[in-house]
Amino acid sequence: MTDTPLLRVSDLTKSFSDAGRRIDVLNGVSLHLDAGQSLALTGESGSGKSTLLHLIAGLEAPDDGVIEIGGLRTDTLDDAGRARLRRSDVGLVFQQFNLIPSLSVGDNIAFQAQLAGRYDGALVKTLADQIGVADQLGKYPEALSGGQQQRVAIARTLAARPKLVLADEPTGNLDEPRADAVLDMMLRIVRDTGTALVMVTHSRRLAERLDRVAHLSRGRIVA
Amino acid sequence: MKRRALVALLSHWKRHPLQAFALIAGLALATALWSGVQAINAEARASYDRAADVVGAPGLDRIEGPLDQQTYVALRRAGWPVSPVLEGDWQGLRLIGVDPLTAPPGNAVAVGDLEDPSAFLRPPGAVVVGPDTRIEAEVRLLRSEDVPAGVAYADIGIAQGLLGRPGAISYLVLTGPLPRGAAELGTVSPELARAPGGDGQSDVARLTDSFHLNLTAFGLLSAAVGIFIVYSAISLAFEQRRTVVRTLRALGVPLRDIVGLLAVELLGLALIAGAIGIALGYAIAAALLPDVAATLSGLYGADVPGAIRLRPVWWLSGLGIAILGTGLAATGAVLRLLRMPILETARPEAWRLRTQRTLRRMAVGGVLLLGLSAALGVAGQGLIAGFAMLASLLVGAALLLPLILDTILGLAAHPARAPLARWFWADGRQQVPGLSMALMALLLAMAANIGVSTMVSSFRLTFTGWLDQRLASELYVRAQDAGQAQDLVAWLEPRATAVLPIVSVETRIAGLPADIFGVADHPTYRDNWPLLSAVPGVWDRVAEGEGVLINEQLSRRLSLAPGDTLPEGERVLGIYSDYGNPAGQLLVGLETFRDRYPQVAARQFGVRVPPERAEALAQEITATFALGPDGVVDQAGIKAFSLRIFERTFTVTRALNVLTLAVAGFAILMSLLTLAGMRLPQLAPLWAMGVTTGRLARLELLRAVALAAVVAVLSLPLGLALAWVLLAVVNVEAFGWRLPMYLFWPDYVELWGWALVAAALAAAWPALRMARLQPGSLLRVFSQER
Repeated sequence: MTDTPLLRVSDLTKSFSDAGRRIDVLNGVSLHLDAGQSLALTGESGSGKSTLLHLIAGLEAPDDGVIEIGGLRTDTLDDAGRARLRRSDVGLVFQQFNLIPSLSVGDNIAFQAQLAGRYDGALVKTLADQIGVADQLGKYPEALSGGQQQRVAIARTLAARPKLVLADEPTGNLDEPRADAVLDMMLRIVRDTGTALVMVTHSRRLAERLDRVAHLSRGRIVA
Repeated sequence: MKRRALVALLSHWKRHPLQAFALIAGLALATALWSGVQAINAEARASYDRAADVVGAPGLDRIEGPLDQQTYVALRRAGWPVSPVLEGDWQGLRLIGVDPLTAPPGNAVAVGDLEDPSAFLRPPGAVVVGPDTRIEAEVRLLRSEDVPAGVAYADIGIAQGLLGRPGAISYLVLTGPLPRGAAELGTVSPELARAPGGDGQSDVARLTDSFHLNLTAFGLLSAAVGIFIVYSAISLAFEQRRTVVRTLRALGVPLRDIVGLLAVELLGLALIAGAIGIALGYAIAAALLPDVAATLSGLYGADVPGAIRLRPVWWLSGLGIAILGTGLAATGAVLRLLRMPILETARPEAWRLRTQRTLRRMAVGGVLLLGLSAALGVAGQGLIAGFAMLASLLVGAALLLPLILDTILGLAAHPARAPLARWFWADGRQQVPGLSMALMALLLAMAANIGVSTMVSSFRLTFTGWLDQRLASELYVRAQDAGQAQDLVAWLEPRATAVLPIVSVETRIAGLPADIFGVADHPTYRDNWPLLSAVPGVWDRVAEGEGVLINEQLSRRLSLAPGDTLPEGERVLGIYSDYGNPAGQLLVGLETFRDRYPQVAARQFGVRVPPERAEALAQEITATFALGPDGVVDQAGIKAFSLRIFERTFTVTRALNVLTLAVAGFAILMSLLTLAGMRLPQLAPLWAMGVTTGRLARLELLRAVALAAVVAVLSLPLGLALAWVLLAVVNVEAFGWRLPMYLFWPDYVELWGWALVAAALAAAWPALRMARLQPGSLLRVFSQER
């Protein structure tokens, strides 16, 4: 643990307009996370947890507030800067549509690492072994089950060795045993590599397995 | 129930307006190109038919030779049912003088239909012209819809006065069967000859058939390109409505009712698109007709008015092609719907497996069709076989395209190392099925462009080269009658290097119409005549009367080669090219001709003079002799004129090329726009991993251009094969002569450039939309259900 947290979010606000009506999604959210730590974001639908994740990832720009990753402000980056951030510093895992259907499983795992210029063939092989798809690297994503696809998505993210992994309901489409297996793998790799993890989940059971839990309600962290 | 079901089915178009637009626009474009070409053809053909009617008597024999009033009266008295015709040039029009009382029924001008019929006959008489003819004349002008542009006609007495040829008759038309006991023609006048009539089709119509056949083929190909868009839109719409159909069936709507409702819906769309297409086709035809008219007029002397009329035949055929095209495009989708089980699960079939299977099936069909095309090339005979060969070649190649593209993109991916490059090629392969219809359309459009351009350019090159050979004399002069011809020759001989008589008669060889020409033994022919093949010493042997030369048409029709014998017993000594001539032709030595046809006097002559003196001599001839406007023609003038005409032909071809390419570009645009929404789940992960939408947009643009480039390269062999079939098979079957094929690389390179521009333009809009995509749209991909 260092003095500067890996992730620092201060007074973050974000609103959308829907049919001319302004909807405040985040109202001054603040949090921090150190390297090697994991944080679960929970809350009811529409509480703003996915939006918070998207803002941290640089997928969208906040209205106000500060986001720092590794001590560098990312909320002031332009579109190209945010794209660079996603390529190099953060890894994203979504509930679905993570993989590129036209690339093989092996190419999918290697893809982001190659984009970030941090490709390590040995790491890719290790990750493939760990997620149990080493013998299926030549196949295409459509040939894998939902659980396998999600594990490949996680392996792809980790192969790029990002500072921060952001996962939005990564196990939402999986049954309980498969969800547990995927989360086990994520936590193990995050711990082993010193990466930080922020995971959005509806499941209190899964949330409790992470280091910390932040509960959002109406755009604020309430617990 | 049916109304509710129809509303449910139609609601799809409301939610997918772009698809509806693609369907209607594709069909309208297909209809427009087809009906536009048909409108031009119908207008031109109607014009030829009117011209044939005015000349009088398709299929009826003529009496030719030195004719005057006395000979005509003598023939009538001898029982010959003949009617006199006088033709001449008057005020830039072809004035035809007829005798309304003896003219064959139904062919001469319908005097009774004129606004003042008696004025036609009553002194000082009247001249009947078409509605668009503008002249200033001292005689009264009557107008008739039946008279084609460039023609005027009058009572023969009036015409003789206007032409300054009192008592003159150009020829007599035989208006009916000869009565028993009618005197032999020779007993009335030994110099007269009976010339057989045509087969009911005007000479002009036959001469221009090649041109119209090419236009029709082009129209059909363009329509096919449009139908690809329709197929693409209908297939996608049916695919997306499977859930609706399944739900309707689950709710108790019988499948046959659903299919019936879909048929009604498609018919409605076809009628709407057909009507729009016909209006567009009218605009295309109106824009192109002046150039077509100029081409036909220059090439074949066929007068076609420069304005288009709404003819039922073409707008009905336009609606027909719209309905037929929709039916063809929808058949596969409807069949799939009929086979769909009511409880089909929503499990999507693996994309790669399905794609590979589809590509393989298409490729097998393509190979079979190409095999059929080759078999027809070897064993087929007749025009139908030629067109079947053409169709199977084009469709076969189009069906093979997706597998070829898939293979090429797969090979291109191999050396790629950078992650985005690997994705670029792999994603390109994934897009091939979705874009295949548009790319097939592009392939056909480009192949049609290359094929037709090659054919037209080959025709121009061959024809102008052939003109150089055939028009070896510096001047060509035509006397008004035999007496003037004698004076002309006597005057010319001391002034020219050589005066070469051109004599001919019409005859029949093996029952087919043919012309026999007599030519002098002179280096003009020996050095220049365009011989395709000949026996050794051919010109000496022709001069000695040992045999004849025949044109290519006759040699093909009768399967004759040098050394063979004609059914009439003459030996074939050589074969020469004779482009544009539908009839057979024989060339014999001048002495032989005179021995056989002593009654035929030469009225036309080729005049050899040093080229620099040609123009001055032409002026002297015109000043000395009262020849008609075409009485003196100089070779350079004819060639320059021919080249100008070809430029007009190119304008028409180029316009159709651009239109077809534009339709293919439109097909790509519609496919890309339709695919754009479906591609978000494929692109969103890349964006999430840090590839900007701008970069993705540039890659999308680059991919469209790369695919178009591959298709452009592939279109070359197909286009050249198309040109070969047109030149060596269809043209030979249709017209009896074969054109050599030349390659025009600069044209192909230019076309490739345009294809890439078309693809880039088509991809620009979807790419721009991609570049401007808001994060929210991409995030929705990941946040469904929440």
